[in-house]
Amino acid sequence: MTMATGYVPPRLGWRQYGICLYGIVWREALRFVHQRERFLSALVRPLVWLFIFAAGFRQVLGVSIIPPYETYVLYEVYITPGLIAMIQLFNGMQSSLTMVYDRETGGMRTLLVSPFPRWFLLTSKLLAGTIVSILQVYAYLAIAWFWEIEAPPVGYFTIIPALLLSGMMLGALGMLISSLVKQLENFSGVMNFVIFPMFFASSALYPLWRVQESSPFLYYVCQINPFTHATELIRFALYGQLSGLSLAVVAGCAVIFLVGAVFAYDPARGFLARRG
Amino acid sequence: MTRLEPGSATHESSHFVASGAQDRNMSASAEPALKVEGVIHWYGARAALTDVTFSVAPQSFTVLLGLNGAGKSTLFSLITRLYATRSGRLSIYGADVARSPGLALAQLGVVFQSRALDADISVEQNLVYHAALHGIGGREARARAAASLAKVDLSDRLGDKVSQLSGGQVRRVEIARALLHRPRLLLLDEPTVGLDIRARAAILKHVRALIAQERVGVLWATHLIDEAETGDDVVILHKGRVLETGTVAEVTGRQGAKDLSGAFSRLTRDEGDEGMR
Repeated sequence: MTMATGYVPPRLGWRQYGICLYGIVWREALRFVHQRERFLSALVRPLVWLFIFAAGFRQVLGVSIIPPYETYVLYEVYITPGLIAMIQLFNGMQSSLTMVYDRETGGMRTLLVSPFPRWFLLTSKLLAGTIVSILQVYAYLAIAWFWEIEAPPVGYFTIIPALLLSGMMLGALGMLISSLVKQLENFSGVMNFVIFPMFFASSALYPLWRVQESSPFLYYVCQINPFTHATELIRFALYGQLSGLSLAVVAGCAVIFLVGAVFAYDPARGFLARRG
Repeated sequence: MTRLEPGSATHESSHFVASGAQDRNMSASAEPALKVEGVIHWYGARAALTDVTFSVAPQSFTVLLGLNGAGKSTLFSLITRLYATRSGRLSIYGADVARSPGLALAQLGVVFQSRALDADISVEQNLVYHAALHGIGGREARARAAASLAKVDLSDRLGDKVSQLSGGQVRRVEIARALLHRPRLLLLDEPTVGLDIRARAAILKHVRALIAQERVGVLWATHLIDEAETGDDVVILHKGRVLETGTVAEVTGRQGAKDLSGAFSRLTRDEGDEGMR
């Protein structure tokens, strides 16, 4: 299109969308590489749970044969999918924290004044965070493999779509939360009110039938917790299987959270403009 | 040069329309670089902008002058679509910011008041990232980054981390970045805040030179009166209202003051302000 003034606006076709997406992913990866302590802490957290917590609890908690497992499994094996989901949960919240930081420092403005549609920019940012979380998951799986916690070889491939979906869901939740958090200092509340309840009220650390035995109400809470379904989606995918219910819940929640985040960051409707 | 004259009877009405010299500047281009029409913005019950109207001609230097809290940054947030325009209209070379945000933002380069470069990555990586956000990738992005940095005399800092640059150098990189996608309107929100006198003068000189070199219109928001020169257009924003607009000479003459500082003091006298230096 040429405007009346002779100005030819830049073309924003498929190639340009691809360049923009690549740029956002590349920047997120660069930041991750430059922040080595972030990578280390992301890796150390699940490893502490695996090597210390699981070692202590394996004698206390018995795990019966439940799908997708076909035999008795060690407690370390049981909690591995939960710890993978935990990596993605923390990564999603870390991305959310980064967005609050970016908003304070002006980095978020750089992103949002791009001529590409805002939904595309936010989805790209979400995808970038998810890809980084998948790299962390594979680093964790490699270490766990040396600890003799092995999944079927096919599981290392079939887990990828599950990780993409659960990463997008948890990242979108983080993005939605970031729109509500006004200052970086308020972010500790997210730890207490979102991360810990989501993680502990789920099937990440113990099978839900055990929870049901001790508290039917908590069992109900665990069942409606999307993090439970992210964990189960990953658990089944790691063994080359699909949990239809978990897939539906994770996909549905991912869409709801993403729409909410795009709404929140939309200048015409979102919370940002109202707060000033 | 832009020449803006009051369109309605009183200055308090905040309505101004382009005429005279501005029309001459606009002959090459049918639309003003920026047109702000009747913009109102509220934060809750507090009015931040009240019926703000003015325009910036292509290839002109317009100073948006106001004290802290006058509404300059709010106006910038509306122009860049960080906030939605709920009342009034904003357009960049005729492209409505609300209706055609892609076209409007593609023609816009911005230097925000708070520094927006990523300190953890290199200068080149920051520029290449910005280029990607405008759909410019690969070799072209790197070539533009190198050329942009050369224009601000920072070619030798291409591979340095942003955290290794001085305040003035960071600002120059931000200006280089804002021009990377070849915008036609450049917005700068208090770009010299925190800089020493020499760095301030260098940035100001560089941006003034860009009008001819890059053919951009410039809207320069500041609270420092001495950053406006005699030939500049000036928009005086005070407590969310446009009090005056025109060339520095016109504003000074209309207020019967000997300089812009005096005119500003007269305009804001009832508020107990003494002007700015």
